Order: sequence, then C-alpha cells, then structure tokens
Amino acid sequence: MYDKGKIIPGIIVFVCLLIFPILYNSGSAGVLPNPEKPKDQKECVKDKQYMRTTHMQLINDWRDEVLREGNREKVVVQGKKYDKSLMNGCMTCHTNKKKFCDECHVYASVYPYCWDCHFVPKETI
Amino acid sequence: MIEKALKGSNVYIGWLVFLSVLILAGVVSYAQQYQYGLGYTGMSRDVSWGIYISQFTFLVGVAAGGVMIVLPYYVHNFKDFGRITILGEFLAIASVAMCLLFIMADLGQPTRALNVLLHPTPNSMLFWDMIVLNGYLFLNILVGWVVLHSEYKGTKYPKWLKPFIWLSLPWAISIHTVTAMLYCGLPGRHFWLTAIIAPRFLASAFAAGPSLLLFIALVLKRVTKFDLGDVARDKIITIIGYAAILNFFFLGLEFFVAYYSDIPGHKHALDYLFWGLEGHDNLVGFMRLSLVLGGLGLALFWIPQTRSNEKTVMAACVLVFSSLWIDKGLGFVLGGFVPTPLEYVTEYYPTFGEILITMGVWSTGFLILTILYKVAISVKLEKES
Amino acid sequence: MDDKRRRFLKLAGLSAVAGIGAPSAFNLLLKGEVNASSPAPASHGTESPGSGHGEAPTGVRLGMVIDVNKFAENPGMAQKCVDGCHQTHNVPIFLDSKGQVNPKDAIKWIWKEPFENLFPDHSHYRRNDALHELPFLALCNHCDNPPCVRACPTKATFKQKNGSVIMDFHRCIGCRFCMAACPYGARSFNWRSPRERDENGNLKFIKNLNEKFPTRMRGVVEKCNFCAERISEGLPPKCVEATGDTGAMIFGDMNDPNAPISQVLKSTFTIQRKPALGTLPSVFYII
Repeated sequence: MYDKGKIIPGIIVFVCLLIFPILYNSGSAGVLPNPEKPKDQKECVKDKQYMRTTHMQLINDWRDEVLREGNREKVVVQGKKYDKSLMNGCMTCHTNKKKFCDECHVYASVYPYCWDCHFVPKETI
Repeated sequence: MIEKALKGSNVYIGWLVFLSVLILAGVVSYAQQYQYGLGYTGMSRDVSWGIYISQFTFLVGVAAGGVMIVLPYYVHNFKDFGRITILGEFLAIASVAMCLLFIMADLGQPTRALNVLLHPTPNSMLFWDMIVLNGYLFLNILVGWVVLHSEYKGTKYPKWLKPFIWLSLPWAISIHTVTAMLYCGLPGRHFWLTAIIAPRFLASAFAAGPSLLLFIALVLKRVTKFDLGDVARDKIITIIGYAAILNFFFLGLEFFVAYYSDIPGHKHALDYLFWGLEGHDNLVGFMRLSLVLGGLGLALFWIPQTRSNEKTVMAACVLVFSSLWIDKGLGFVLGGFVPTPLEYVTEYYPTFGEILITMGVWSTGFLILTILYKVAISVKLEKES
Repeated sequence: MDDKRRRFLKLAGLSAVAGIGAPSAFNLLLKGEVNASSPAPASHGTESPGSGHGEAPTGVRLGMVIDVNKFAENPGMAQKCVDGCHQTHNVPIFLDSKGQVNPKDAIKWIWKEPFENLFPDHSHYRRNDALHELPFLALCNHCDNPPCVRACPTKATFKQKNGSVIMDFHRCIGCRFCMAACPYGARSFNWRSPRERDENGNLKFIKNLNEKFPTRMRGVVEKCNFCAERISEGLPPKCVEATGDTGAMIFGDMNDPNAPISQVLKSTFTIQRKPALGTLPSVFYII
C-alpha cells in the first residue's frame, strides 16, 4: 500500500472524531423531558400516545382543513369543543409553552417555526 | 480526468483564487441577507424582482445560446465545430448553475424551495421552468462529460448517448421559451405581455451565448495552445451577426407596436427605459448605451476588415455581450415593473450587498466554467500532441 | 372521491351538456339574448382556465360592493376601515431609521387610493374634480379567475370554495411570482421580519397586537384574506364592520339572489377594476 504512514493514522483520527460524541455522552441519557400537562384539564382531542407521536401531523391536517377546505368545524370530544387551531385551540389549555412544548422539542433538538408567526400565551413569553 | 483541473500555471491558480475571494464576499453578503430578509436588497413592494431575477433571465439565454455551437456539429455534421462543441456544453452547465443560484438567492424562504416538488403545480410556469432548467443541467453534464471522457480514452462516444444529444437540442430552446413564459403570460404587465418575448429571448440568447464563447475561445488561443480554427471562428461570427440583428429587429417591432398604436400602457415601459417617465430615468443611460454598444459590435462583426482581425472580433464580442446584458439583464425585468399596476413609478437601485451576492454568483459560474474548460482543453491538447 | 371516476363523470357530463345544450345556446346567441363577450358576474363555477377549481354555479361566491358616495358623506371612515383591518390582522408598519413610514417595505391589505390610480384604464380627460378627491378603497379583488393562483408554483395561494383567494403562509417560498402576476398591486411581501423587537422586548412594527391572529414571518407574501377567520364565525369582514350601518360596504354571497349584495348589483350601476383582463373581480364600486 502506498502512503501507509499517512492513510492509517488518518483513518484512526477520522474514526475517533466520528465516535467522540457517542463516547462523550455514553452512560447518561441526559435529563429526560417531562412536559407539564395543564392541571385543570383531563382530556385532549386524542389519547396521550397518539398526541405524543402524531401531534405534528394532526396540527398539519387541521391547518389544511381550516385553510384549504374552509372547514372550521370544531372538534368535539366528550362534549367539549376545541378550535382546530394551535393558537386558539391547543394553547388555550396548554398555556405554558416552555414547560410543555419546549420540554421535548429542546431535548430532541426540534425547532418548528410555529412561533415565528403564532403567539405563545402571555404568561410564558 | 478531473485531475487536470488540479494542476495549472500561476495565472490559472491566481484566477481561481481571485474568483474564490469574490465568492466568499458573496457568501458573507448572502448570510446577511438570509439573516435580515430580502429587504437587504433594493427591491420593494412596487419593484418586487430585481437584479437576481434579471441575471437569471439573461443567463438562461447564455445557457441556451450554447446550442448554436452544438447543433451544427451534431445535426449538420459541421466538423469545424468539433473542437468547441464541448465548450458550448460546459458553458451551458456553468450558466444553468448560475441560474439556479440566482433563483435561490431570490427566494424569501429558500429552505422551502422543495415545496415546488412537494406540491407540484402544472399551471405555474415556474414549476415548468424548474423542470426544464434542471433537465438541461443534467443533459449537458451527461453529454459533455461522456463525450470528453471518450475523447480522453481515444474512442468515439457510445451510441446510447445519441438520443440524449438529440434531446438536448430542443431542450435548449425550451429553457428560454419557458423562461419567456414566466413573463409574457402575466395580465396587467403591458411591457411583458407580448408574444414576441420568446423569439426575442432566443435571438438575444443566440447572440450573447456564442459571443461569450467566442471571446473565451480567443482568450484561450492567446494563453494556451488551443486554437478553435479560422473556419469555426468565422462561422460563429456569422451566427452572432444574424442573431443580434434579429434581436434588434424584434426590439424595433416592439417600438413600432407601442408608438404607432399609441396606447399609453404599451408606451409607458419603453418611455421609462429610453426617455424617462415622470422624471424617473435611472435606466435611460444604460438602455441608450446598450443600443450604441450593440450597433458598434454589429458593425465590427460585419465589416470585412474588422471581422477577420482577432482583436476587433474580441472587442465586438464584448460589445455585443454587454449590450445584450444591459438589454435583458437589466432593462427587461426592471422595465416591466414600471409603472406599477396602480400607475406609480418606483425606481429600483440595487444595494451594495445585493451587488456582492450577484458578483458572488457570477464568480461561482466562472469558477465552474474555468475548471470545466481546464479539463476539456487539457484533454484536447494531450490527445493532439 | 375516486379521481378517475370524477374525471369520467365530468367528461360525461360536459359532453352531455354540450350535446344537448349547444344547439339551444347557439340559438340564444343568434337571437342576441346573451352577450357572448361579457361573462355574468356570478360566474363562479365556470371552469375558468388555470384556476383549477370548479364549483357548481349554485355554490357560494363572496363579493363586496363599495359605495364611494357613502364614504364621501362620512369623512374619515375610509381610514377607519384601513386601521381596523390592519390592526385585526397584525399588519406591520415599517419605519425607517428616521421614524418615517418606509414605502419600500410597505405591507398593505386595504388602503386608500385616488380614482385615477385605482381605475387607470378609465378616461381622465376633462376630469371630474369631485371624483378625484373621493377616498377610494383598494384591496384584493378575490378574482374568480385569479392570475396569482395560476402563477403560484406551490399552491400557497389558492381559491377557497366560497370564492375568496387566500394564502397559506406556511407553504409560501417567497418567489413573488404572484406579485408580478397580480394586475391590481394587491400583494405585499415581508421584506424583513414583522416581529422585530426593540431593546425592551416590544414589537417595533406592530402596535395594538391582536393575539387571536398570527403575524407573518419574513420572506412570505401576504394580502387581504376577505376575513376568512371572521366569516367562519359569522362576523362580517372588519372593514365592512368599520362602516357601521352606513351601507358603504356591502358584503355577501353574490350567488344568493336574496342577499343584499345581489339586490344592489342587480339594481345599481357598478364598475370593476380592469375588467378587460378577464380576471372577474369580486369587488364592485358604486361611483
């Protein structure tokens, strides 16, 4: 092999750099997110598991229904009406963005651009 | 084959460094624009497209213009273009790359650019423009590279390539036609609302593209051993000569329709561009200069003495190219926004940062072009020696 | 619904209509009972080329009539409409470094415009002075055949079932093709962030924030949305509300023959902006 002296150390350095973040964080999962749910509410529009995995899809679908189809019919769950809206729906119960949304989003390093346009309820600004 | 681009004279390396510095300035400016928004530029509510989109429009023409070199060689078996066909194809690659960069620089939300694919909208001409431009880029990379690689290996290009070569010819026409349709299908913009836009675009493209190509080829003849040949040179001059005449003929028709019909809406933009409208005349100097440069360039191309002198031919190339750049890369897009639909006159001045970004994109194009031409010329000279 | 079946039914229906209807339509034309060149204002539902939306002619088509005389009788009312709309929709007012309104970045949903600018195709020869001092309101025409919708490469702007043309700000890529396409100058672009804050954390360009309605972000196009969010709650558009009971603005379903707007359009001479372009605006003016 030509240039053995350069290639092999090069590969070793590359692999070390590659696995450094894994080694550095090994053994600790970090602080697990613990989103705070609204205290005065028992129900959401869907069950907990569904909301955890699919809330972004749901919000996306709501947006298209409201905007594109003009279907602003409220969602009724157990007699309670919810606006199909992030700002005027979700956030009326989940009033604390920091303790609810950001808790997981920051942990997963997900930064949706919702808040570039929509507002966070007053108390959490 | 690509290794040919890595070694070169000091002039070559110096040129690449120079381009890289300009690119860096463009990147820094773009970072600022990205941070602040497009208000970083001189564009406004009234003139909502500026120098980015006008450069894009002009460069689509340069890309399409390469077909004037490619077509005679492949279709009419015009052997004298054999040495420069690859230059035409590589010029198209660099130009389309610049077009795509200019579009990205112009988007308010560049990270959402792929929405065009995610929500395909066939009734939008921009959707089709995206398809034809990317298709043309692909075709030219494929054809140019495979042909050159075959030459490198000392063989003829493979048979399967033939359909792609043939496809690339009408495709070149399509990119500029669709780009014209971005403009000429919009109601309420009188200056653009004319069926002659596509043919005029093509005529100016067939003059501007070959002008740039001939100029570069003559520079290469001076700094390298590459010689395009007298027959090829003369033929390109003829092509540019007729195409430029056609372009000015079409422009004259626009003038006739506007001023003979005497319909205010048809006259406004031409008034603004060549005489000034309601005291606004920031493009008048440029547009008149464009006519003068074009006239001079055409004369040099047609007078037998200057036509056969390489120095005057190079001057003519610069004159015609500059003339068409002003006409299409400045006046055409900006003129269309004057007056506004509410009949106000708003003028546009690019900002310094906007000009740096524009120069950065041009430099990127020339960097691509330089590297591709370096490879092509090295291969050709190696085979011939 | 299955797309193929839908297309088949459409085609079948069209051929049937063509077969049965063509001779009688031709007769009507010959007798001069229908003016072939001027489409009926309530044509929402005709498959206009490029609009991509077909709706039964019996569907809703929202429209607006603006009575300029009423605005002349109530000075200051036009400005109230503008302010009401812009406050409700968090439309920013961009100021330059000297604190002046910067027209370069301006965003307008509804604004005042002189007669000759709003109707440049009309003759202004020997102009009527009184007319030229009237405050005309300009806004998106919510065309039945909107060029902006045709131009948009992502369907970020589209026509709703009720005929209003609105924006999906989440999808807009900011190419500004719609701005070039709109013959009415109704569209604005966010050249910079409308949410910029000063040192104290207050929004610099939006005073009196309406927290029920989002702002926009930099790099997207915006315009009048015919108050889609209010109509769904049974409220009139904000500008219409601002005119109170003066009747200066009449809003409603033009396809409902009993709606006040239909009555007014039937009984009063109205004009539209640039009708020759075939965009079929939904906003009418009483001069």
